[in-house]
Amino acid sequence: MVSVQSIQSPAIHAEERAHEADHPSSLVALFGADQPLKLDCGIDLTPFQIAYKTYGTLNADRSNAILIFHALTGDQHVANRHPVTGKPGWWETMVGSGRPLDTDKYFIICSNVIGGCMGSTGPASTNPATGRLWGLDFPVITIPDMVRAQTMLIDRLGIDTLFSVVGGSMGGMQALQWTAAYPKRVFSALPVACATRHSAQNIAFHELGRQAVMADPDWRHGRYFEEGTYPHRGLGVARMAAHITYLSDAALHRKFGRRMQDRELPTFSFDADFQVESYLRYQGSSFVERFDANSYLYLTRAMDYFDIAADHDGVLAQAFRGIQTRLCVVSFTSDWLFPTSESRAIVHALNASGARVSFAEIETDRGHDAFLLDVPEFLDISRAFLESAGKARGLIPTGG
Amino acid sequence: MSSQQQVLPLTGAEPPDAKHYRGDHLLVAQMVERGSKVLDVGCGDGDLLQLLETRGIDGRGIELSREGVNRCVAKGLAVVQGDADTDLINYPDDAFDYVILSQTLQATRQPRVVLENLLRIGHRAIVSFPNFGFWRMRLQLLVGGHMPRTENLPATWYDTPNIHFCTIKDFVQLCDEINVKMERAVALDLYGRPLRLNAPWWFWNMFGEQGVFLLSRAGKGR
Repeated sequence: MVSVQSIQSPAIHAEERAHEADHPSSLVALFGADQPLKLDCGIDLTPFQIAYKTYGTLNADRSNAILIFHALTGDQHVANRHPVTGKPGWWETMVGSGRPLDTDKYFIICSNVIGGCMGSTGPASTNPATGRLWGLDFPVITIPDMVRAQTMLIDRLGIDTLFSVVGGSMGGMQALQWTAAYPKRVFSALPVACATRHSAQNIAFHELGRQAVMADPDWRHGRYFEEGTYPHRGLGVARMAAHITYLSDAALHRKFGRRMQDRELPTFSFDADFQVESYLRYQGSSFVERFDANSYLYLTRAMDYFDIAADHDGVLAQAFRGIQTRLCVVSFTSDWLFPTSESRAIVHALNASGARVSFAEIETDRGHDAFLLDVPEFLDISRAFLESAGKARGLIPTGG
Repeated sequence: MSSQQQVLPLTGAEPPDAKHYRGDHLLVAQMVERGSKVLDVGCGDGDLLQLLETRGIDGRGIELSREGVNRCVAKGLAVVQGDADTDLINYPDDAFDYVILSQTLQATRQPRVVLENLLRIGHRAIVSFPNFGFWRMRLQLLVGGHMPRTENLPATWYDTPNIHFCTIKDFVQLCDEINVKMERAVALDLYGRPLRLNAPWWFWNMFGEQGVFLLSRAGKGR
């Protein structure tokens, strides 16, 4: 019989992951019955909580706050060790002392999105009405729902206007939604590698991922946690497929080529002969250790539904009419998930609405994931944009 | 040429910070009214935009090179990476008071279409370009028998980005052809100084190293 290997079961971290969903090892803002979250689907979510991290110090006039948004599978642990995996924060190239999002100058906030699994209310949280985990009883949420929850957090923190909103991918969608929906509360915005709507191809990839999760018999209609199972194969396959879309042909070729994994010759089996196979399997299995399968369904769905223009008679420029927010839109040449054409569409709409927008396309072969990596040109432009905005805001002395 | 009567003299003392800026930039800046909204197409490192912003003008830029865009963003300017030939079409009508095309026309693929777009997007356009009728250009071709190269245009014929050179005379003819009104025209010498104002067109075409034109739409009902 031909030898077969599949994704390893996530023996480790399962308990920590479950614990983080209700009792995150970060700050938590609780919103009781008097402050429901009004969801686009028509449901009032209450009570709910938002888990968040802050870095740096809020200044006296509360004008130096930057809200960062994480991407699909990220969380609030931007620049500290991750409580489940023990790995460094996901944006340490960008956030920290002396980094473009300088914690010596700015007060940085990042919250786990609603629907997430790291402490903000989502399908992995306990539903107080039933005492059971929400699972698929959790209402379907949207990007505007996530942002509406964030406005409640910012209110709670006593901040009126954010100095900047910054994020890549799904995080960039939130930055655009903030700018379109709450322009007076956003002084500047840095949306990276994103779009104002999810493309048909991207919806298709998400559907592939969801079907992989739901086809896993261990998924049990979303109630795996009660049945002592976990759809690690389905979620792992979803992650493997998604991970390919985050890279590029050139990056995969440069990193792996056709090189073999710990062997000289093919084994004539379905083992991971190639390094690229081994890498993808590792990506799949390490992801399932830290992420909730149902949460993956909800967050991909939220991205699918995203379409800012749809709320403005299909005219994107209407969404940004009259805004005073300064924007810097960034894309990457090898990003085929959110290609430069999507960013250009944003820029054209912003130009048409007279907004103060800059746009840079960064040359790199590292694909969509480039925004998370050490790409000096991207870091430089982010720094430059925020510094010039900081001068305009009076946070940074001019002429320096 | 009939348009010569429309040429108006330029007045106004040079600003105190004049020596930091290029001669043609100062000239362009003098043509722009304070408080207006300006798009600089092919804005390079953003020097002109910076000069304009010191004068209370709301500026935007388009620049082809990534390096240029990055330097502009570092200066706090609102500049997008783009191409005059392909991206002007995406700007709405009447979005700006002025659209500036400084030393870029000769590098576009379709100068006529670009010029028409400038005056669709802006109420006025300011266009500057190197004059290929400049006597040193003529002399190099006539006597040297090779494609002209100057201090300001040092590239060889095979690696120059400038694919549509024209003379001041050619440009004036194009403006007539597409019904564009010339509100002001200035020729600058090799050192960026304006030539004397009462000179005839042939003199400008021979001794102007570059031409700077303030244009508007001629007549209504375009």
